[in-house]
Amino acid sequence: MSMLTRYRWWFATAAFLVAFTLFTAEFQQPQTTAVLAATLRQSTPLVLGALCGILCERSGVINIGIEGQMLMSAFAGFVVASSTGDLLLGVAAGIGCGMLMGAFLAFLSVSLQSDQIIAGTVMNIAAIGLTSFFFQQGRSLPSGKTSMIKMGPLADLPVVGRVFFSNRPLTYITLLLVPVLWYALFRTTWGLRTRAVGEHPSAAETAGVSVVRIRYMNLMLGGGLAGLAGAYLSLEAVGSFERLMTNGKGFVALAVMIFGRWNPVGAWGAALLFGYANAVQTQFQFRGWLADDPQFIGMMPFIVTIVVVAGFVGRARPPASIGQPYSRE
Amino acid sequence: MDNTTTQSPTSDPPALEAVGISKRFDTVVANQDVNLRVEKGQIHALLGENGAGKSTLVNILFGLYRADEGEVRVNGAPVRMDSPHDAIDHHIGMVHQHFQLVPVLTVAENIVLGHEPTRARGLLDIDRAATEVGELGKRFGLEVDPRATVEDLPVGMQQRVEILRALYRKADVLILDEPTAVLTPQETDHLLEVLRGLAAEGVAIVFITHKLREVLAVADRVTVMRGGRVVGSTTPAETDQAGLAEMMVGRSVVLRVAKTEARPEAGVLEIRDLHVRDDRDRPAVDGLSLEVRAGEIFGIAGVDGNGQRELVEAMTGLRMSDSGSILLEGSDITGCTPRQISELGVAHIPEDREKHGLIGPHSIADNLVLNRYFRVPYARRGLRQHDAINDEAERLVADYDIRTESIRAPARSLSGGNKQKVITARELSRGARLLVASQPTRGIDVGSIEFVHQQIVGQRDNGVAVLLISAELDEILSLSDRIGVIFKGRLVAIADAADLDRAAIGRLMTAGTDAA
Repeated sequence: MSMLTRYRWWFATAAFLVAFTLFTAEFQQPQTTAVLAATLRQSTPLVLGALCGILCERSGVINIGIEGQMLMSAFAGFVVASSTGDLLLGVAAGIGCGMLMGAFLAFLSVSLQSDQIIAGTVMNIAAIGLTSFFFQQGRSLPSGKTSMIKMGPLADLPVVGRVFFSNRPLTYITLLLVPVLWYALFRTTWGLRTRAVGEHPSAAETAGVSVVRIRYMNLMLGGGLAGLAGAYLSLEAVGSFERLMTNGKGFVALAVMIFGRWNPVGAWGAALLFGYANAVQTQFQFRGWLADDPQFIGMMPFIVTIVVVAGFVGRARPPASIGQPYSRE
Repeated sequence: MDNTTTQSPTSDPPALEAVGISKRFDTVVANQDVNLRVEKGQIHALLGENGAGKSTLVNILFGLYRADEGEVRVNGAPVRMDSPHDAIDHHIGMVHQHFQLVPVLTVAENIVLGHEPTRARGLLDIDRAATEVGELGKRFGLEVDPRATVEDLPVGMQQRVEILRALYRKADVLILDEPTAVLTPQETDHLLEVLRGLAAEGVAIVFITHKLREVLAVADRVTVMRGGRVVGSTTPAETDQAGLAEMMVGRSVVLRVAKTEARPEAGVLEIRDLHVRDDRDRPAVDGLSLEVRAGEIFGIAGVDGNGQRELVEAMTGLRMSDSGSILLEGSDITGCTPRQISELGVAHIPEDREKHGLIGPHSIADNLVLNRYFRVPYARRGLRQHDAINDEAERLVADYDIRTESIRAPARSLSGGNKQKVITARELSRGARLLVASQPTRGIDVGSIEFVHQQIVGQRDNGVAVLLISAELDEILSLSDRIGVIFKGRLVAIADAADLDRAAIGRLMTAGTDAA
């Protein structure tokens, strides 16, 4: 099969999106750039959340608590950054908070072998309750949010420069994490062991791989990524903490993970599509198109999701052991 | 058979030794004061029925279970066995009955998993892994493509991968749990040859089986277990099949099934050019035709995974067929629901009794009326009639010798043999015209095997058409009146049982042709 036929749907989708972008931007360069930059911005927390999901599920644990991990970390990061005035410390606090929650999920689902869906739900509910309770109005970041870094002359390129080479630090880190995690998952011993544990834990165990160790490690690493997503929201995207500011992104990240077939690069592509749908929606509102039907515009990202997931993606095959607690005897 | 040349001098400490091992699961005693001594270069057969405690013992030796009492010694020194990792460190390798391979990974990835060759810290060197696996396979006569994905390989090949995985870790002791259960006669012969070669190189081999012929063919020493205890240890030279069987069961057993000449009558089941796809949407049954007459047992021999499951599922209404027809006494039942087919008089003993034969948490009584609970007298106007159900259940428990304390106990609490008796009782007590029996004695004790075989022959003598599907060639040979050999979804030979011998069937099973 030639490349062209094999990936025909991807090519068709890409061509359609390009045409659609140009159309909504009325073929103006600044508007096109704005849509694309917004796409990247919107996709960043989704990518991080999906990478968290990939680390967890590839090792066989469903993490439905990504939303809670993000929210709690956004809060922790903001509180630390606003009280110390140090953004770096804030980001570290966000990551640390996510890892702690990952360890908590591992304790519930690996050590106590409780139901993984319930364990994740517990985290989501706890995060909403705790952040709402301790949230104080009026705090702010003394140093403002993370600052823009321009990549020298690359940033001056038309369109591409604005979209890819003048961003804030966590966005760059996310773009870097995608290939790094892909490589780690498919080219390192850790990756091989992770995939083996997620597919067939008892086979991995008899090969001398500790299922418990791998799952703890991956859940904590994944939690760190969700924590980074939270820090991104409060310290880079918005610059403050708001109640329920994750707004379902942790769940959309799960859809992104599935759409991307549990593959970091696939998830990145999927997150871009979701981000794009959001960016175009904003563009519609901005231009006042379909202004009489705001609900219709608000629906667009979801319509895109349904059409793409139902029409373009074949049946995805999740890691075989997800959701099942593992015990040796 | 040469049983003596590979014995090592007795002055060496044994490669692996179990001393006074006991293990309980809740109230069940799985191992009681078990001793086992395996010398270097020795093939040591561990013989016993299902539930005799063989698997528990080797799982302890491999660190998967922890013994309650007793100790494991490697080369004479006591060792802690807390996990398979410890066992591997002591150069103990295991080939599991249910292969412990990751289906979506490649052969090389499966073999090196946990002990991967690396280019730099943590960076997998998959090319070197593939080369090493290829060389290892060549050296031991276990060739397999290192880059193939495991799930695409036939079971015989998957077993090679399991053995290679142990050898890759430089195993001095190799434990094989029922390794021949999934193999054809030719594959079995090849495996036994490989084992002899390994023993000659000084590897100690523990070989678990319940097949007496293999024990006598390959073992240097035999230890027999029954009810969690070691009942004796002997050598093939000192015993024979009958002697071993008696040790295993504790009484003398009839190894052959007594049956008279078949008197087949009119055709009951006719399958014409049937095509069925498997779960992955690939053709599994590929133009299969056969006829089974009343009063005969038609046995289908074949290696697992050649379309047997899909054939049975299509016949019993559990799976849609692509094309072709299935006729029951002349009327087409293709596309009928399982209930309709069952009501037409098709009895079904399914391959996977836990999944398709019983509802584990429901009572034995409910399971015994599962194919008639909706009819008078078991239900009236949609209300279940407990008295009628219980009376019927009590009757069947007595008639079919189902060993249970109460008909209200959950079906999953029964032993494998008794579960199979429940299914047999339910399916055969209703007056079937066709019996489809798939792997009817897989994993059950010798006593229950005898019983199920008698029931199947009894049905035949009452004029029922019987289609028997089994991966156990001995079962096919001893029960069938006619035999069809299935290979890649079609019958490559159909003949009277008397006209086929083991070797010919074995060749047909593996190659699809009788050319030697």
